Amino acid sequence: MSTAAAGVVSGQTGTRWIPVIGLEVHCQLDTRTKLFCGCEYSFGAEPNTITCPVCTAQPGALPVLNSAALEYAVRAALALNADVAPVSKFDRKNYFYCDLPKGYQISQFDLPYCTGGGIQLASGKFIRLTRIHMEEDAGKAIHDRGDATLVDLNRAGVPLIESVTEADMCSADEAHEYLTALKEIFQYIGVSDCDMEKGSLRCDVNVSVHPEGEPWRTKVEVKNLNSFRNVRASIQYEIARQIEAYETGDPAQYPEQETRLFDVAAGVTRTMRSKEDAHDYRYFPDPDLPLVTVDAVLIERQRGLLPELPVARRARYESELGLSAYDAGVMTAARDVADFFETVVRVGGDPKAAANWIANDVLRALSDPDVAASSILELLVKPNDLAELIALVGDGTVSKNAGREVLDEMLRSGARAKDVVQAMGLEQVQDTSQIDEWCRAALAGREATVADVRAGNLKAIGALMGPVMQASKGSADPQLVRAALLRIIGEEG
Amino acid sequence: MSAYEELDATALAESIVRGERTAEETTADALRVIDERNDELFAFVSVDREGALARARALDERRAAGEAPGPLHGVPVALKANMCLAGAEVSCASKILAGYRPPYTATFVQRLIDAGAVPVGMTNMDEFAMGSSSENSAFGVTRNPWDVTRTPGGSSSGSAVAVASGMVPIALGSDTGGSVRQPAAMCGIVGYKPTYGRVSRYGLVAFGSSLDQVSPFARSTRDACRVMEVISGPDELDSTCVDAPPVAAGAGTGALAGLRVGVPPEYFPDDLDADVRACVEAAIEAMRAKGAEIVPVSLPHTDVAIPTYYVVATAEASSNLARYDGVRYGPRAEGDGTLQGMFAATRDAGFGDEVKRRILLGTYVLSSGYHEAWYGRALRVRRLLADEFDVAFQEVDVVACPTAPTAAFSLGEKSADPVAMYLSDTMTVPASLAGLPACSVPCGFVGARDAQLPVGLQVIGRPLADELVLAVARAFEAATDHRRRPPRSAGGAA
Repeated sequence: MSTAAAGVVSGQTGTRWIPVIGLEVHCQLDTRTKLFCGCEYSFGAEPNTITCPVCTAQPGALPVLNSAALEYAVRAALALNADVAPVSKFDRKNYFYCDLPKGYQISQFDLPYCTGGGIQLASGKFIRLTRIHMEEDAGKAIHDRGDATLVDLNRAGVPLIESVTEADMCSADEAHEYLTALKEIFQYIGVSDCDMEKGSLRCDVNVSVHPEGEPWRTKVEVKNLNSFRNVRASIQYEIARQIEAYETGDPAQYPEQETRLFDVAAGVTRTMRSKEDAHDYRYFPDPDLPLVTVDAVLIERQRGLLPELPVARRARYESELGLSAYDAGVMTAARDVADFFETVVRVGGDPKAAANWIANDVLRALSDPDVAASSILELLVKPNDLAELIALVGDGTVSKNAGREVLDEMLRSGARAKDVVQAMGLEQVQDTSQIDEWCRAALAGREATVADVRAGNLKAIGALMGPVMQASKGSADPQLVRAALLRIIGEEG
Repeated sequence: MSAYEELDATALAESIVRGERTAEETTADALRVIDERNDELFAFVSVDREGALARARALDERRAAGEAPGPLHGVPVALKANMCLAGAEVSCASKILAGYRPPYTATFVQRLIDAGAVPVGMTNMDEFAMGSSSENSAFGVTRNPWDVTRTPGGSSSGSAVAVASGMVPIALGSDTGGSVRQPAAMCGIVGYKPTYGRVSRYGLVAFGSSLDQVSPFARSTRDACRVMEVISGPDELDSTCVDAPPVAAGAGTGALAGLRVGVPPEYFPDDLDADVRACVEAAIEAMRAKGAEIVPVSLPHTDVAIPTYYVVATAEASSNLARYDGVRYGPRAEGDGTLQGMFAATRDAGFGDEVKRRILLGTYVLSSGYHEAWYGRALRVRRLLADEFDVAFQEVDVVACPTAPTAAFSLGEKSADPVAMYLSDTMTVPASLAGLPACSVPCGFVGARDAQLPVGLQVIGRPLADELVLAVARAFEAATDHRRRPPRSAGGAA
């Protein structure tokens, strides 16, 4: 099968299939304490060390809502232009599992704190959010230690917001773009690190396909996708699987309403439970928690904390700072990078040069073990320092290549650009008499090339520049060398 | 100096503060009476002899060092076995929590301790507070000191008997649908259920969360007031606590003169035990004699309170008891080796019949397709009952009625018939559903001269009128004389 127009997939039979995709994204809020107790969660701690009577469900213990979690959740809603309900409630979602201490999860069922809102894709298409609700995370069951299942309750009670979209997407690309934008926004506004590796962002997808112009068909849920790549792969797999099933023409093989899991190794989805096995969660209002009220003061305070969001920043970088769409995208993909970039520009760094340096050199350094920084904020090179380096390259004091060496040293030692340039003797030689001297030496014995140049082949000049740069050990300003060579050849002609 | 068993908590604390007795001697007295009577009555499921004596000695030392005494200085207190005290065995009289010792102490228990009270042990109860007779305890029945062939009522059976039999002057129970008022009435003592939210539930093992209230038993209303002053008030660990200061019951008795007392005919049905009716009518007549104005009020939905209660309470219980899965605490049965099998085997072995019945009922009323017809409708009826009380309280200050439709019934009499047992809570459940403060105070006796059984008068007030309800109960107590001790050896009629 092949993909034709956006979203339409042509099957073997020539039928034009329309995929319909919705996402449910669980996002961990970066509050200091858990949703209903005072435990301070941190990833990677010893199992069952971040627990208390409340999050281990000791008999008699009661939940108390963490007001910071509500504030973070409201900020997330505002960033997505959603409506925050003045009154919402917490419900119990009842089911048994060994990682669910109370035998129910405190979630929000029919009165979530947030409805509406959404995200606009680059194409202009708007992906609508149905709702966002708050809930607590479960613990972690570990099944691969011999016969026993081990349970770690550190995560139990960690605050999550679950954002549910309408089934507005029609391709894996759109789902990927939506997810990327959602992650960027949550990171920008400081409510979540959205780190999938640490489990702070988890995604379920709903996929169905139907022939163009026909009603929607049965949807299949794929759960617990823990990377963007898996989200994309599972959607692509499901679309293909469902189309193939329908195209058999045998209703017995048609997709059923069910929940599937993505098998990363095999790259396929597999049945987890069918509709008949679906849980009856017996939701009812949690009698331990009063209604959640959000007043205008809380909303306005959170609105005041919203930074300029990625889409707006990107547009401004293009229109005001003259960046390409690509560069603007790289600069705004993470808030700390964008903030760093803007500071460089504010203290005088040329915007395009700053974007190049950050994209090509500064961000790359984050993966350098010698640099030992996990975020741009931790680098020893501060925006002021980068601006200074950009100026030194801009005015020809050092070459671009030498500038890279300077930056490497700055990243390792934290020294200032000027000091590194001096210490390493990397200043470009701009003394024209010295340059002339190197040029004359290089011209000697290269008469053929000289003649070539004289004959009008200016490209041949490159063959002369090499020896000059070599003689200067790279310190000669290439612009000046080129000019000097042309002048001397001309004079001697 | 009066004997330990003769004094209420207020008198005991004052006596200790005056130096007439020490806290240690007082605790030793409590342990002595428990030793003498617990085999027969089975009020306590566990007694912390050494811990109690050590705590009492520490109180004496701090007093000797000049520390100011708390309002319950040196007073021995009993806790229902569903109340968390760090390190104590909190079994809820269930096999599923046998040996469970919580790592933390309930807010209200800590407040008692901070006020100088000495917890001496945990008392028997119907399993997970589900029952009205103690017969649902996994550990044995508690007997009524007025007649050991009869129930003391329930579910806070042991706490009621511990107070009635002189083991301790005060005890805490929990009242979900009448589990303190009904046994208080049947044991001839005071039982006070506060306005819902007046006492923190943090550390009370949940049965029906929207109904459960920690409630004191006492031999005098002044003691009930004193305990309420200590344990009530907001708690940042329970967000269902109402934002109201601790109950300030004050020293006065309150006056019956000029008080408008509502009497609802629905609480005096044709099948009400004739002796109980006579007793309660006499009590109301006594209030009139002291100047109260008796006003008929109508509470027409009283008869649907019981079914409503058994939907709401069991729905909440089915969820509250889901945590007893054998994973984190309590005994575990392996079952077929699967996770679901382990859950099922653990719960099957751990829960008694009545608890299973209520979990099934609660699961059913919340299940998809039945949720609205049962749980949704019950919530609306609950609202209706509360509204009905609101209307009544526009006419009257308090409502007075029987606490229970009968005096203590015989052990075994209703244990085979759950619905008959449920109906013994007919008169206490409405105030629970409406979240109202209600006090059961002794109002007389029924039965032959040599086999008397106590009867309770229930005084119900509007939300947060805890002070008024206690003052009315106190005025009634002062105006009448129904506080009597059960016989030391109650062989019973049988």
